Amino acid sequence: MKKHWRIAALGAFGAAAFALTGAADALAQGEQFLPRLVYRTGAYAPNGVPFANGYSDYLNMLNERDGGINGVRLVQEECETGYDTARGVECYDRLKAKGATGAGLVDPLSTGITFALTEKAPGDKIPLITMGYGRSESQDGSVFAWNFPLLGTYWAAADIIMRHIADKEGGYAKLKGKKITLVFHDSPYGKEPIPLLEELAKRHGFTYAGLPVTHPGVEQKATWLQIRQNRPDYVLLWGWGVMNSTAIKEAAAVNYPRNKMIGVWWSGAEPDVLPGGDGAKGYLAAALHAIGDQFPVHRDVYKLVYDKAKGAGKKEEVGQVLYNRGLVNGFLATEAIRTAMARYGNKPLTGEQVRWGLEHLDITAARIKEAGFEGLVYPLKISCQDHMGSARARIQQWDGAKWSFVSDWIEADRKLIDPMVTAAAKKYAEEKKITPRDCSKEM
Amino acid sequence: MLYREAGQFKTTYGDDQAIFPIRQDRWGIAIVLAIAFVVLPAVATPYFVTSIMIPFLIYALAAIGLNLLTGYCGQVSLGTGGFMAVGAYAAYNFAVRVPELNLIVVFLLAGGMAALVGVVFGVPSLRIKGFYLAVATLAAQFFLDWAFSRIKWFTNYTPSGSVAAPPLDLFGIAINTPDRRYYLILTIVVVMALAAKNLVRGRVGRSWMAIRDMDIAAEIIGIRPWRAKLSAFAVSSFYIGIAGALWAFLHLGAWEPLAFDINRSFTLLFMVIIGGLGSIVGCFFGAAFILMVPLALNQIPLALGMPLSTAMISHLEFMIFGALIVFFLIVEPHGLARLWGLGKEKLRLWPFPH
Amino acid sequence: MGFFFEVLFGGFLAGVLYALVALGFVLIFKASGVFNFAQGAMVLFAALSLVRLMEWMPIPLALLASVAIMIVFALAVERLVLRPLVNQEGIILFMATIGVSYFLDGFAQTVWGSEIYKLDIGLPNEPVMILESVFDGGVLVNTFDLAAAAIAGVLVLVLAIFFQKTRIGRALRAVADDHQAAQSVGIPLRDIWVIVWSTSGIVALVAGIVWGSALGVQFSIALVALKALPVLILGGFTSVPGAIIGGLIIGAGEKLAEVFIGPCFGGGIETWFGYVLALLFLLVRPQGLFGERIIERV
Repeated sequence: MKKHWRIAALGAFGAAAFALTGAADALAQGEQFLPRLVYRTGAYAPNGVPFANGYSDYLNMLNERDGGINGVRLVQEECETGYDTARGVECYDRLKAKGATGAGLVDPLSTGITFALTEKAPGDKIPLITMGYGRSESQDGSVFAWNFPLLGTYWAAADIIMRHIADKEGGYAKLKGKKITLVFHDSPYGKEPIPLLEELAKRHGFTYAGLPVTHPGVEQKATWLQIRQNRPDYVLLWGWGVMNSTAIKEAAAVNYPRNKMIGVWWSGAEPDVLPGGDGAKGYLAAALHAIGDQFPVHRDVYKLVYDKAKGAGKKEEVGQVLYNRGLVNGFLATEAIRTAMARYGNKPLTGEQVRWGLEHLDITAARIKEAGFEGLVYPLKISCQDHMGSARARIQQWDGAKWSFVSDWIEADRKLIDPMVTAAAKKYAEEKKITPRDCSKEM
Repeated sequence: MLYREAGQFKTTYGDDQAIFPIRQDRWGIAIVLAIAFVVLPAVATPYFVTSIMIPFLIYALAAIGLNLLTGYCGQVSLGTGGFMAVGAYAAYNFAVRVPELNLIVVFLLAGGMAALVGVVFGVPSLRIKGFYLAVATLAAQFFLDWAFSRIKWFTNYTPSGSVAAPPLDLFGIAINTPDRRYYLILTIVVVMALAAKNLVRGRVGRSWMAIRDMDIAAEIIGIRPWRAKLSAFAVSSFYIGIAGALWAFLHLGAWEPLAFDINRSFTLLFMVIIGGLGSIVGCFFGAAFILMVPLALNQIPLALGMPLSTAMISHLEFMIFGALIVFFLIVEPHGLARLWGLGKEKLRLWPFPH
Repeated sequence: MGFFFEVLFGGFLAGVLYALVALGFVLIFKASGVFNFAQGAMVLFAALSLVRLMEWMPIPLALLASVAIMIVFALAVERLVLRPLVNQEGIILFMATIGVSYFLDGFAQTVWGSEIYKLDIGLPNEPVMILESVFDGGVLVNTFDLAAAAIAGVLVLVLAIFFQKTRIGRALRAVADDHQAAQSVGIPLRDIWVIVWSTSGIVALVAGIVWGSALGVQFSIALVALKALPVLILGGFTSVPGAIIGGLIIGAGEKLAEVFIGPCFGGGIETWFGYVLALLFLLVRPQGLFGERIIERV
């Protein structure tokens, strides 16, 4: 008799689990649904949390201030991916059909998840925004119709950083014979810039070397000992999460000058430098946008979100690097929806309609000012062929307490990147048997 | 009442050793298969098919593979993720380099490659066992992870090291909708699960179990340990390799070595232990438990309308999941399959248990 | 030549950190035969407790409170997990500790948060040059690593005294030798388990302090447990000196391989080098460096 209850309990539990996994709740009509793939737990949480908060706060602020976009309220649902590709795919599948019109767009927020969703999005007709990350060749909209690596890819980032180094050294000619080392997260994310750096090394005659760091990046002693031995002129850092702070600490431990280390824009936030203490002073990183909470948009966020105790995070963290990145990402996503509404009407839109909006996205300086982002982000314009829009960043330096800019906006050399993008996209199209769109015929 | 053997007389040895000796079991299987093949695709949402059924079936297949090794032959392995990666990357290379190959052939070759690698990494089992072997198989896991991210040939020189499955078709039918993928996976899993069930009741399976229960005694009765162990590694890796290829091609679509990292190995080991060591049906229970419980836990607060933060839900999910594992182990250390067996025993006697 | 020693020292010092985690494994395995997968989660939990408590109270008090938390945790594990599972096979207990590990990961982050916290208990952190007269250019070491090594040394010393000289320590050793014999002479097994899990929790706290000061306290430090596994097979599951020496060998071997052989293979070989090293060693000597010869030969 004793075992009866166990079996019964098991059965009941199984039935409950089964019922719940299939459960779906209906959302009200007339609301635009946005799935939010986030990671607030796990090894990358310290960086994932502020980004997610910024994004969420921006959408909430729009709801409070304007009732959404043109009166269509925004509904968001977060799904925890833990930076795990399989989990991210599950999140995407769970949320893609929710809401009145399904998911308007998805930000995969991980290069690995981006790669997996790139295969799925065209079938589901949902555009992917990969702002400042994702696969570099997806800039080519004729092949990657559903990917939008807005504001810059890793190839653009690598080129911008190298350009900054060249400027400091006094021109590309001076790079000859220099040693550039890339310390990268051993994943598609970290490997993305390699082809571009190899190409630049060939053109300008510097020596490129790559040192991989294994996930999650807490083991870097050997890496930095090698750097100490080889003494490269510059170290490029392509890390994420704990890998960044560890790299900065290890650099201090082997006395590598921090002002010769330049991180990508995912390696230049407060959680990356704060654990390093004084050892992080002088460290450089690329920046996609400005830092701080002094912009008009932050006033609205404080007033309409935090003062009503609806903030996603702590008030003190508003204006941090990754918080602002989330804010900017939310801004671009909602602007795309706004653009699409101009054509399809003020109602919840499908992914296909939002894709049209993204492809015709034109964020002018005037629009940026109007939205309260003046000085925060650079204007961009998307076309059928070019899904990146603008590829500009500034270089910022950590002085032990705050970031400050040490360069003006640097633009990536499109003449260098575009042929590489076209070649890589062509290879992808052949592999997947995709016929590229003819962008000259598209409206 | 319904589940009773009375009146089923076995007149030949063949009957007595059948895969499913009891008639009700055969019906039960037939009904489950009918539901899986006919009813489920008709009623389930695409989300249910792609995000629950497909990973569930693939996990179950990989768990069967691991269970053959760990549950039947007694060799604990933590290299499962690595062998899945071998299957996935082998399938990718066969499919991309020899596009004429039939998809089924690609999967079989992928399994074969995994089996070869499995035998190589199974060699230490001839010398060590228990936790020492478990930790040693981690060497396979880490080495294979590294090899697939570092040796560019495996990824066809893709710059980022992430590869995508080519468009799939089988006998002229494009495998591009959730239902088609589901049918393909279901067929493969059913065939292979039955094959495994058949294998473990035969000579090979019995030699594995003899090694598991007492290797010295097994050797004395004429079973060669190296042969039994290496064959277990080979067959197990074959299953795991095919599961890896299915996971990559039909579930993820594009993947990187991180998709087959150490967590995958642990997840599969959990499935096998929770489901029940040495039970094929237990693999399905284990896969369902480990895969669906977190998903269900994730949705409970939503379903109840509780406004919890994403991080909170995720942490709670970890806590409840961990607690459930401990709870189930305390209630039934031999896994869900044992509970299932007990349930069947009870049913046999019901309603007159005494 | 100076560089070689630099790498070697760096490796040794990394090895000390692995050894600290491996030590926790060994203590529990020795006394209760449980392969405690939750050791990594315990490191995380202990370090998070300390760093968050330090926001409220002075460091010594926070340290004591963290120790108390780890003891409570040990009591809970004994009562809720070990006692109901007594006499189960090793693999079941192993699985149960995985459950504990999940629970603890979630619990620690629920209670203390999942952001990155800076842990500063005043360990020095300056690169210094030593042996400049011996090698050209000297050998660069970090004072932080030296401090970590000193902490590990003190910890091992304390543990050795505890095991050799105290009543409880002798009882622990008796249990490790033979559970039944120990019980029959009146040593309470359950108390021993609580003590050994508490000790292991304190070792985890020390490991958490060292790792946390190096990396910042956050989820990733739960993953360092994986680095301790090759140390365990190399040193033997039941040997405290084995954990230390194994840690040093793995640490040094891994760093030397990465720096001197790694570049030929595109780098990153340290992830598996430790395991392969341990595996090769195991093929020659299946019980590990100092392990007892209880594992059966096959």
